[in-house]
Amino acid sequence: MDLRLSPDMEAFRDQVRGFLGQHKDRYASGAGAERPREAAMEWQALLIDNGYAARTIPKAYGGYGAEPDILKSRIIAEEFTAAGAPRGFANQGISMLVPTLLEVGSEEQKIRWISPTLRGETVWCQGYSEPGAGSDLANLQTKGVEDGEDFLISGQKIWTSTAAQADMIFCLVRTEPQAPKHDGISYILFPMTTPGIEVRPLKTMTGSAEFNEVFFTDVRVPQSAVVGGRGRGWFVANATLKHERGMLGDPNATEARFAALIDLMKSETVDGQRLIDNPVMADRLMQLQARVMTMKFNGLRTLTASITGEAAGLAGMVVKLQGCELNHQIAALAIDALGELGVLYEDGPHLRAKGGWQRNYMFDLGLIIGGGTAQIQKNIISERGLGMPREPKLAVA
Amino acid sequence: MDFSLTDDQRMMQESLSRTLAEASSLDRVRKFAADPADRGADVWAALTDFGLPGIVIGEEYGGLGLTLLDAALMAEALGRAVTPVPYLGAVLAPLALRLAGSVEQQARWLPKLASGQVTAAVAISEAVAGARDGAGLMASDGKLSGKALFVADGHAADLLIVADTGGVLHLVDGTANGLGREIMTGIDLTRRMAELTFDKVAAEPLTGDAGALARLRDAGWVLLAADTLGACDVMIEKAVAYAKERKQFGRVIGSFQAVKHLCAEMAAELEPCRSLVWYAGYAFDAAPQESSLVAAHAKAHLSEVSRFIARTATEVHGGMGITDLLGLHFWFKRVGLNRQLLGGPERVRALAAQMQGLTG
Repeated sequence: MDLRLSPDMEAFRDQVRGFLGQHKDRYASGAGAERPREAAMEWQALLIDNGYAARTIPKAYGGYGAEPDILKSRIIAEEFTAAGAPRGFANQGISMLVPTLLEVGSEEQKIRWISPTLRGETVWCQGYSEPGAGSDLANLQTKGVEDGEDFLISGQKIWTSTAAQADMIFCLVRTEPQAPKHDGISYILFPMTTPGIEVRPLKTMTGSAEFNEVFFTDVRVPQSAVVGGRGRGWFVANATLKHERGMLGDPNATEARFAALIDLMKSETVDGQRLIDNPVMADRLMQLQARVMTMKFNGLRTLTASITGEAAGLAGMVVKLQGCELNHQIAALAIDALGELGVLYEDGPHLRAKGGWQRNYMFDLGLIIGGGTAQIQKNIISERGLGMPREPKLAVA
Repeated sequence: MDFSLTDDQRMMQESLSRTLAEASSLDRVRKFAADPADRGADVWAALTDFGLPGIVIGEEYGGLGLTLLDAALMAEALGRAVTPVPYLGAVLAPLALRLAGSVEQQARWLPKLASGQVTAAVAISEAVAGARDGAGLMASDGKLSGKALFVADGHAADLLIVADTGGVLHLVDGTANGLGREIMTGIDLTRRMAELTFDKVAAEPLTGDAGALARLRDAGWVLLAADTLGACDVMIEKAVAYAKERKQFGRVIGSFQAVKHLCAEMAAELEPCRSLVWYAGYAFDAAPQESSLVAAHAKAHLSEVSRFIARTATEVHGGMGITDLLGLHFWFKRVGLNRQLLGGPERVRALAAQMQGLTG
């Protein structure tokens, strides 16, 4: 255990700080469901040029081309958070498609898609889940029927965030109906403007449509748009699902939210008493602080493991389950501490944080379910982490 | 930046666990638990050979001169083996002497403590967890009067470090006149607590550092959290092993999601705690300004997690879980005592809120 940084790393930190101080007036966020605006794309370009976004993506594909260095990535993350500077884009194209292409894409696919995706010119959505294929994703039924050089794709996807704005979709399609279920899927890229695609917003309990349903009717796509080979889609997608689970339950985001909760409980009052002076509320706050701290140190431990090339094991497997639950509980305490104020949701003189605590509370429940439900996570932890047997399959009825 | 244990630390912990597998087998623990006159001299002797009594004592006094993190890793191994030894005092008394003792006091006691020739206990329960049943020690003219409760391993210790009602630490010789001791038998029979009564007992104040009591408390919290971590590890291992063997309805019960999800929940709660305990141990020496808060959270959080694990691991064992024969109850009770010693989680969290200025 030695949490000090080497002088090289401290120098790198100063360099990041210097950059952020110098370019304060150019901060522009590309977060949210909208297509990135021009200012955000310019900020992104500046970040890539300086190695603060797309850092380890090869230069040939439009990245910065640095060697992977987890510590530097962490310093960048910390300094951007401390300065309140918008990070590089973290949409599904960048977080999931780009790593997939780098791993299994053809040279042509890499050259064609990675650079515009990094720069925010090409926006992607992910076509994985279906109404009948959630936790059992490999059961997906959207089919691609061979027709000359093309596939004709028909079926339905669900939970497709950003489908309305996306230029392109990376989509799992059953192209080999005779093959066993895991071997019959292909990972295919195609434009959302292709005839036969209909996008319907899916409104959730938050009141917004963070997701969509996407319907395909005889959508004609060339077979050359398959990534990683026909029938290999399950393995291609699994390589990137890891990246999605890593995004969910990020301890830095949790720490920021917890800091906002402390501010809230120190500044808001009831009967003239600060919320934090209620011993029951203070006790709940301290219980959560212990958990926030625990997940932070767990994150440092898994970070060290990835630097030294050791397997993180259970410490990595539990992050999504524990982290998403913790975020949900932080929002829950904020709501309880605010009491009646905590249920306000529309604009008005009494509304706090633009209703964000309620929105987080509801949206986080979705994150506990999405990206592998809590129950699926527990299967993974018990089977892969503790070596317990799988549930035996029932004979098919 | 390196958030991991060194090879030396891992090897030392494994080595202690190997020693304990023989010296502190479940059979040996059972004998200790059944006989209040058993002082566990053979177990202590094995640990003395290992060097454990001198773990935080400087090499100039014959100790190993290691850090609290190292001491916590040893506590984890002792918790794993539910070992019946006076370890809390073995770490806290030397710390008290180092922080607040005179050179003469250190020279008089540290070599004997390091060699395991004398054992120590620390009576700070009233000062940290609050006074119950009218306990508390008044200091007057170099003499202590009153009583101290819940002194872990205090019935047999040769050296006592006690806190008076003003928070000043004193050194008391176990053979001093006017000192009475009674065992307070609780659930955990692997570490006996004592009630100490003082009738004008001669005591030497440890005046070197006014913050010594808080440092002792922090170190105690870390050691108890680490002991709990080790005990929880074993409870999960036992539950998982049992669930992989026990068959009902024609299959091992570990293949039922109802059972394996309980095991997953235990592991998901405990695994991140390992990092919390490591950091709490590390911060005590390397980041003292953070030490109290992280120690408090380690103590309180491990207490909560261990309650869930003790209960759940018992349930996974079904009816066997509650039998004496299985012996899981030794771990169940070990963490039950760790939870309350030096303050239950609610009290510790109230202190955690105060020490960062969130509450008055």
